[in-house]
Amino acid sequence: MTSITHKAPLVHEEEAQLKADAHRAMTLRKTWIWVGRALLAVVVIGGWQWFTAVGLVDKFFFGQPTEVWNSLVRLFTEGTAFGTIWENLWITVQEALGGFVVGTLAGVILGILLGSNRYLSDVVGPYIRIVNSIPRIVLGSIFIVAFGLGMGPKVLLAAVLVFFVVFFNAFQGVREVDQNLISNVRVLGASPLQVAMHVTIPSAMTWIIASLHTAFGFAIIGALVAEVLGAQHGVGLIITQAQGTFDPNTVFACMVIIAVVTLGAEYLISLLEHSLLKWRPPSRSEAQAI
Amino acid sequence: MTTVSELHRRGGSPTDHGGGGGDNGGRIEIHGLTKRYLTPKGETFTAIRDVSLTVEPGQFCAIVGPTGCGKSTTLAQVSGLEHPSAGSVTVGGRTVEGITNGVSYMFQADALFPWKTVLNNVLIGPVLLGTPKREATELAMDWLRRVGLAGFEDRYPHQLSGGMRKRVAMAAALINNPRILLMDEPFGALDVQTKAIMQNELLQLWEGLRPSVLFITHDLDEAVALADKVVIMTSSPGSIKNVFDIDLPRPRGDVQQIRHEERFLELQGQIWSSLKDEVTRAYKQTAGVPA
Repeated sequence: MTSITHKAPLVHEEEAQLKADAHRAMTLRKTWIWVGRALLAVVVIGGWQWFTAVGLVDKFFFGQPTEVWNSLVRLFTEGTAFGTIWENLWITVQEALGGFVVGTLAGVILGILLGSNRYLSDVVGPYIRIVNSIPRIVLGSIFIVAFGLGMGPKVLLAAVLVFFVVFFNAFQGVREVDQNLISNVRVLGASPLQVAMHVTIPSAMTWIIASLHTAFGFAIIGALVAEVLGAQHGVGLIITQAQGTFDPNTVFACMVIIAVVTLGAEYLISLLEHSLLKWRPPSRSEAQAI
Repeated sequence: MTTVSELHRRGGSPTDHGGGGGDNGGRIEIHGLTKRYLTPKGETFTAIRDVSLTVEPGQFCAIVGPTGCGKSTTLAQVSGLEHPSAGSVTVGGRTVEGITNGVSYMFQADALFPWKTVLNNVLIGPVLLGTPKREATELAMDWLRRVGLAGFEDRYPHQLSGGMRKRVAMAAALINNPRILLMDEPFGALDVQTKAIMQNELLQLWEGLRPSVLFITHDLDEAVALADKVVIMTSSPGSIKNVFDIDLPRPRGDVQQIRHEERFLELQGQIWSSLKDEVTRAYKQTAGVPA
């Protein structure tokens, strides 16, 4: 007994030492990750710059990082032929958001409905697979012919792209619900609505929210493509205009702007995910960390 | 130990289908029950055939049988989640059509809501019966205290150990003071030590409320230690082979201790000799060996 108490402070010291070592190893690892990231960016962008500068790659066709930066600055300071970049960006974002909301709502509602009704899903299922297999981007042409050059067709195309992503996830989410949980609340006297509120929807929420990450990307793609097909405003129009004048730098600049918007939206969705799914055990998959 | 009358005085439990004990509400009568399922290939599969069984109010009845002999199917018919193909189930003198009132279920996989806190998991029973939230919360807190989980109400199920999750499930199953408790291998997935603890706790809680219990298990020791009556089912299609009355005195006390008593071993031996043939036959069926 006495020998143990004698050794206690020593053990304590060793533990502190171990802790410090572990902490140092973690910091070192993080530093190296950031060094690697920075290096990768320098190699890719620097390489692009160098190849175009020495003329191995023609910058007339492939652009050049410094020129992309200049285009970016020009977009924000001088604006475009169709108004300031902010106006155009706002229109594109509105279209994407509109499509995102409409597509998500439709996808969730239909997904839950079909997921919980076997007969309905057996009847409608094949048609949904057929519609899903047609190249939906082409629908944009029809929407523009039918509804004109306004925001409507853009929202619609974005919504169509978003719908299928969310729908399949919501459907699968409902199908994966633990049947024991449903039996449990049904025995306790739950009505079909209560089963949906207490079990089906919360359970499918994990799947639905996971799909929202991809869905917002699709909303932006839908809005941009519809704008490229025909528009009076928007980032897509700036891109077609730049394409028409052989200006790859402005196209790249627009890509950068859209990437920033998408990353911002992604961040907001992650916040939503955290608050809605705080019941989940931490670190479910490595893929989420990327 | 809190008694039923205390629970009623607190006003938290629904009295229209209150716990077993005196009244006849918990009497389960199964008559000639047969259940066939349609397989995806379009064939019929008979899960149970001509099962007849009576469970007296407040009786603890264990069902033992080989894997896939239709034990769970029997429970599903009693709860009203499924409808019999032939025969009938009456609970408290009324034929089961639709969901039976005053029934609680406990499964092997703890059917807890992973997205609800411990408190909200226990709370769901009274809430679904339309009890006001505040009253339900009080009742749930009381039940959490009873199963020894006071102070854990804000945790999520994934933060609890297997035994704690079982206790939450038990509180959730008993909070409505059911007249019938259906348990489908509730402790099947627990380690031996935790299992023994949970069995003791279940017996204690059951003796306080005295619902009728249908308890499915593979574990013969568990069946003998807990039940008043052990029913042996034959291998598929399931029917009742034998019924054994367990005359060990109540309260049983520690299930670990009772296992060594002479009468326990005697009963266990009798039941095992009846069960053994069925288990062997079921094994041969599933293993593809000609019987």
